[in-house]
Amino acid sequence: MDHSNRDNNTTRRRKYFITKRLDRLFLELYQIYSFVARFFREVFVPPYEGREIIRQCYEVGVKSLPLISITAFIIGIVFTNQSRPSLAEFGATSWLPALISVAIVRAMGPLVTAIIASGKVGSSIGAELGSMRVTEQIDAMEVSATNPYKFLVVSRVLATTLMIPALTMYTTLVSLLGGYLNVHQNELTTLTTFFTQVFDAITFLDIIASAVKSVLFGFTIGMVGCYKGYYSSKGTEGVGKAANSSVVTAMFLIFIEELLTMQVINAIR
Amino acid sequence: MKKPNSRIDYNEKVITIQGLYKSFDDFDVLKGVDLDLYKGENLVVLGRSGTGKSVLIKIISGLLRPDSGLVNVLGQEVDKLTPKQLDALRLKIGFSFQNSALYDSMTVKENLEFPLIRHSKEMTARDRDRIIDIVLEAVGLSQTINQMPSELSGGQRKRIGIARTLILRPEVMLYDEPTAGLDPITSQDINTLINEVQRRFNTSSIIITHDLTCAKAVGDRVVMLLDGQFQRQGTFEEVFDTNDERVKAFYNYNFTE
Repeated sequence: MDHSNRDNNTTRRRKYFITKRLDRLFLELYQIYSFVARFFREVFVPPYEGREIIRQCYEVGVKSLPLISITAFIIGIVFTNQSRPSLAEFGATSWLPALISVAIVRAMGPLVTAIIASGKVGSSIGAELGSMRVTEQIDAMEVSATNPYKFLVVSRVLATTLMIPALTMYTTLVSLLGGYLNVHQNELTTLTTFFTQVFDAITFLDIIASAVKSVLFGFTIGMVGCYKGYYSSKGTEGVGKAANSSVVTAMFLIFIEELLTMQVINAIR
Repeated sequence: MKKPNSRIDYNEKVITIQGLYKSFDDFDVLKGVDLDLYKGENLVVLGRSGTGKSVLIKIISGLLRPDSGLVNVLGQEVDKLTPKQLDALRLKIGFSFQNSALYDSMTVKENLEFPLIRHSKEMTARDRDRIIDIVLEAVGLSQTINQMPSELSGGQRKRIGIARTLILRPEVMLYDEPTAGLDPITSQDINTLINEVQRRFNTSSIIITHDLTCAKAVGDRVVMLLDGQFQRQGTFEEVFDTNDERVKAFYNYNFTE
């Protein structure tokens, strides 16, 4: 008798927790949907926070340049160096510029930029907004009849969506330059020959695909960072979690998006 | 410190709350709160931490929605307003946060300019500077205009927070724990400032606190929030002239701490 009562209680308690968890999951999904949909509702409606958008573009774009430059340059050199032995086995080192070009323009340029940006920019957005939430700065904006979503979220998401494609172009160029230096040193290829082969190897679709992907990555980085920060809680611990979770979630989504866009582009090709 | 005389108009209610209920998950915070705030009055809401004092003023300012009950501010029912109407009402309400909530990435001047730029678009930069000078002078911190919030002391941050709420000339002021975390002398300065704001800007205010010195110094009327309801109200002396053990314990703890 006692046993069956205990079993019933345990089952009821388990059901209660499962229902509660499911409730929370659906509430969170609805919250994410509302947060993203609100961006599209508010981005075209005045007032526009022009000064804040420019400031954020500077923060996202210009301040990421040193890190992006060094990383992209090194990746160009390392990738070229690592690819050479495989091509050399077939006596095809002259294909190096084409190989580098396809790899960097199609995948590595957008992906490397997005990963660096989600680490640098995404975490900083998550931490900044998280800290504003726990210190009631977002509430202060709201009670002074300023739309915090427009000022904080729309400006940051626009900045990442605009600047990540620009940074991707820059990363691609610097990586190719790194690749060229390595090729020039080993195969004595001239700059003109190198870049002629680079442009011969890629198509217009590659460039469009790279641009579309980087816009998508930029939007994801901004949106995830803002969402995690905007809804952070539990004091300073929450701020740390918001920053960390911004990076992890953004990277995860970026890889999924990369996989999906690759499938779509291959189907188009 | 004795509270200076106030010009209260008992014929004009600025805020009316009736039967206000609010709960979070399974925890009932406010259980049928009734409250009137009259024009020109400083009303102090006393209570222990976690009794829902801050929740009350967050509901008044529309930051939280009540579960049920009527919340009427300046003749408008807060939870029935559209976002645009709520924003218009919020321009008449000043909210001073417990931790000041100054924007960390902006200087003092930019903090004060922030609401002005958005809500007084026809105003020239020179007019904005003039108004900023007036409110900074009112809180006695003109010299901090170009400093960052991180360079200010706790008391200075509170004063700048109050200055930011004053910049749009609100009719109602809501103070959330204005003296929390401050030393007694700085607390006294803040109390003087609250009275000065009431006199100079003719505001009606709700002051949330558990600091009895503050309550005595700034309150025209004091109400005590216990178990989700207002149990006592009147002048400071009237509220504590009781045999209710909970009220006596609150008083004794404050003055023997």
